[in-house]
Amino acid sequence: MVTFTLNGKERTFDGDPDTPLLWVIRDLEKLTGTKYGCGVAQCGACTVHLDGMPRRSCITPIAMIDGSDVVTIEGISGKEAEAVQTAWAGLDVPQCGYCQSGQIMSAVALLQMLPKPTDDEIDGAMTGNLCRCATYHRIRAAIHNAANSMEG
Amino acid sequence: MTVHDITTTRRTFLAGAGLVIGVAIAPKFLSAAPTGVPAGGAADLKPMNAFVKIGTDDTVTVLSKHIEFGQGPFTGLATLVAEELDADWSQMRAVHSPTDNKIYANLAFGLQGTGGSSSIANAYEQMRKAGATARAMLVAAAAQEWSVPAAEITVEKGRIKHTGSGKESGFGAFADKAARQTAPAEPKLKDPKDFVLIGTDLPKLDTREKINGAAIFTLDIMPDGLLTAVVAHPKHFGAVVNSFDDTDARKVMGVVDIRQIPQGIAVYGENTFAALKARDALRIEWDLSKAETRSSAELAAEYIRHFEKPGLEATNNGDVAQAFQQPGLQTVEAQIIFPFLAHAPMEPLDAVFIKAADGSVDIYNGAQFPGFDQQVAAKILSLDETKVRVNTQLAGGSFGRKAQFGSPYMQEAASVYAAIGGDRPLKHMWTREDDIQGGFYRPMYAHKMRGAIDAKGQITAWEQIIVGQSIMAKADLDSTSVEGASNLPYRIPNLKVTSHNVTLPIPPLWWRSVGHTHTGFAVETFVDELLARVGRDPVEGRLALLDATSRHAGVLRKAAEMSDWGATLTEGRARGVAMVESFGSFVAQVAEVSVGPDGAPRVHKVWCAVDCGVAVNPNIIKAQMEGGIGYGLGAVLFDAVTLGKGGQIMQSNFHDYRSIRINEMPDVSVEIIRSAEKPTGVGEPGVPPIGPAVANAWRKLTDAPVRQLPIVSIMSS
Repeated sequence: MVTFTLNGKERTFDGDPDTPLLWVIRDLEKLTGTKYGCGVAQCGACTVHLDGMPRRSCITPIAMIDGSDVVTIEGISGKEAEAVQTAWAGLDVPQCGYCQSGQIMSAVALLQMLPKPTDDEIDGAMTGNLCRCATYHRIRAAIHNAANSMEG
Repeated sequence: MTVHDITTTRRTFLAGAGLVIGVAIAPKFLSAAPTGVPAGGAADLKPMNAFVKIGTDDTVTVLSKHIEFGQGPFTGLATLVAEELDADWSQMRAVHSPTDNKIYANLAFGLQGTGGSSSIANAYEQMRKAGATARAMLVAAAAQEWSVPAAEITVEKGRIKHTGSGKESGFGAFADKAARQTAPAEPKLKDPKDFVLIGTDLPKLDTREKINGAAIFTLDIMPDGLLTAVVAHPKHFGAVVNSFDDTDARKVMGVVDIRQIPQGIAVYGENTFAALKARDALRIEWDLSKAETRSSAELAAEYIRHFEKPGLEATNNGDVAQAFQQPGLQTVEAQIIFPFLAHAPMEPLDAVFIKAADGSVDIYNGAQFPGFDQQVAAKILSLDETKVRVNTQLAGGSFGRKAQFGSPYMQEAASVYAAIGGDRPLKHMWTREDDIQGGFYRPMYAHKMRGAIDAKGQITAWEQIIVGQSIMAKADLDSTSVEGASNLPYRIPNLKVTSHNVTLPIPPLWWRSVGHTHTGFAVETFVDELLARVGRDPVEGRLALLDATSRHAGVLRKAAEMSDWGATLTEGRARGVAMVESFGSFVAQVAEVSVGPDGAPRVHKVWCAVDCGVAVNPNIIKAQMEGGIGYGLGAVLFDAVTLGKGGQIMQSNFHDYRSIRINEMPDVSVEIIRSAEKPTGVGEPGVPPIGPAVANAWRKLTDAPVRQLPIVSIMSS
């Protein structure tokens, strides 16, 4: 039996302990904002916050997160999340939108650690998040806008 | 993919369907409520026609006949409706229309479908008429209610007003009465000079739900009692199951069943992980007797042999053979090999099937040609087509992958559903491995180019031979193999373009910008080499081969001006330019490149000029150019699906089918040429110029022309 919190609520899981966190979140908890894209931590579409750090849920066995705190796109809050989502809307960043939950989870985690990231720091934090629509140009601009908005 | 290609090809697949051309608005009683997961709109929506519903809450819902997968039809089509309806942008919503090959036909294809960058182009007048019709019906209803002449009523930003009586209302109060009015046969459309919404940067309608996790894609549909199924596919094209052992697979917790289907072995689970884990535990022996067993290198060697044989003639102007025999010529030759490319949309292919109480079936999928999906599924499920409803969903990209005649993906998905009886709802999904190894690639191509330059430095002859699969499975000339080369924009007196169709067990498909993915590269790198040979500037030299008033020249001059072409550059950097017309839109790009620390091209900045006629939503046009540049750049730098020794597919996921990442994305500036021409598409035309623009800069930096793609793997091999 694995016990964890998901977006602030206590949850338990007693199925196959190998099950990746991604499929627990999606199939059992029906939180579908977290996406499957590759299953091997190459695309970042499944990014969640695990104890406050960005984590690829597709390669995280549920057995490893006993006692942890999981936050998904549906549960993010706080000034960084607000700033990021406002900036994303302001630039109409998403195209197909499928990767964007993961992009936003990575961007929020970045701003929580580095409130004013440089381009190189953005590259470092966001390189693991693929976008086949290549919205990268606007992702970078939106992160800068979000950082600037938090200063004021 | 031209309109002609689609209309001729579709006949093969859609025997008997009448061609629906024109901008007739289907009567409102034909607009069945979409049964899919709603993407917006309120509960009580009154249909004005097949495309517009007005809610009693003042919302206006546009039924998009085109699938939204990021290229922007929800916003674009809603803009056209809102313009003529005089709606306020904040009241606009969009959902996918139901499936109907007549009512919701792409007017360029004659059936419902999205592709060829045609959504705005084909629907420009149709959606405006749909909006104007709805406006006239609202006005008629208000005139009746207020007992005033309709001609005295004005509509502005969603408010209906009669100045004389001081009456004013929103749309919602008249939704019901308006829906019962007779639609005008020929509603008057605005003069473009009076547009208030078209041409402005309206916020996209689907942004909000895509940044908070609320947007529902096919993979997110989770009805009660859902089974999830995956299929074990072969690692060789053309292989079939010889025998399989599912003893271990059946022991996996949560496995429901395992069945053989024509495409492989289907594994059904109570959840996704059970299905995936059991699939890994299958032991399958494949029959390779009809499989492709040649490697990519062996295929390339065979392609090259075609250069010596007579090909299918696409263009033959002047006399190329004679032109090459003139004395005092310089000749330049090039041979370029293009790899197979997977589309790799972020959301791999998937579909959900739910049986209704009456035995009919709802299918939820990212349907790019929903009518084909409906026909194919009905046949496999032994149901009448009217008993199969295809509910188009938001799709996580496509880039051409979901635009398939005969719906091969739906054949597999419906077979999986049929094989288990179909009483429980079922989701069939492909994994990334299925996607990268699933075929339907941009085909491999080989080009041979030969150019002649006379003593005065003029290009007098151009010969181009193109070898590759026919995407449309033609025995004769396939226009998608030669488009962009056969209609070379440059004035060259002797031009000959031929092609050779190669048949392989690897299924081909159009990939964002189709033939232009390779012809654009070949033409634009070769013209650059010819101009360099005679010391001409790449921009000035191209302009000299174009009519000064042409739209080709217009975008080229604009891109040169934006980039300050000819300016002194930072040491170690070079610029390349390319200009390609595709799908009726004209795009020129300048790329500034250096040799990166890893020895690979580092693209710092791209300037892009686009002429796509009337710019309906400049923000979306710019986004499609930025995205097209990133998609095309990733492909020329990194992407190839290759067959190894014995024909095994060598790539399987994003670790070896590289995709461009944020640190590799250049800064991009886009400018749109002001135009009164009818709008053309932007989903594909941003892709073709980036590859040759980068390759032309790379040749200046390294003195080495790019003869094989992708650029990066050649260097590492």
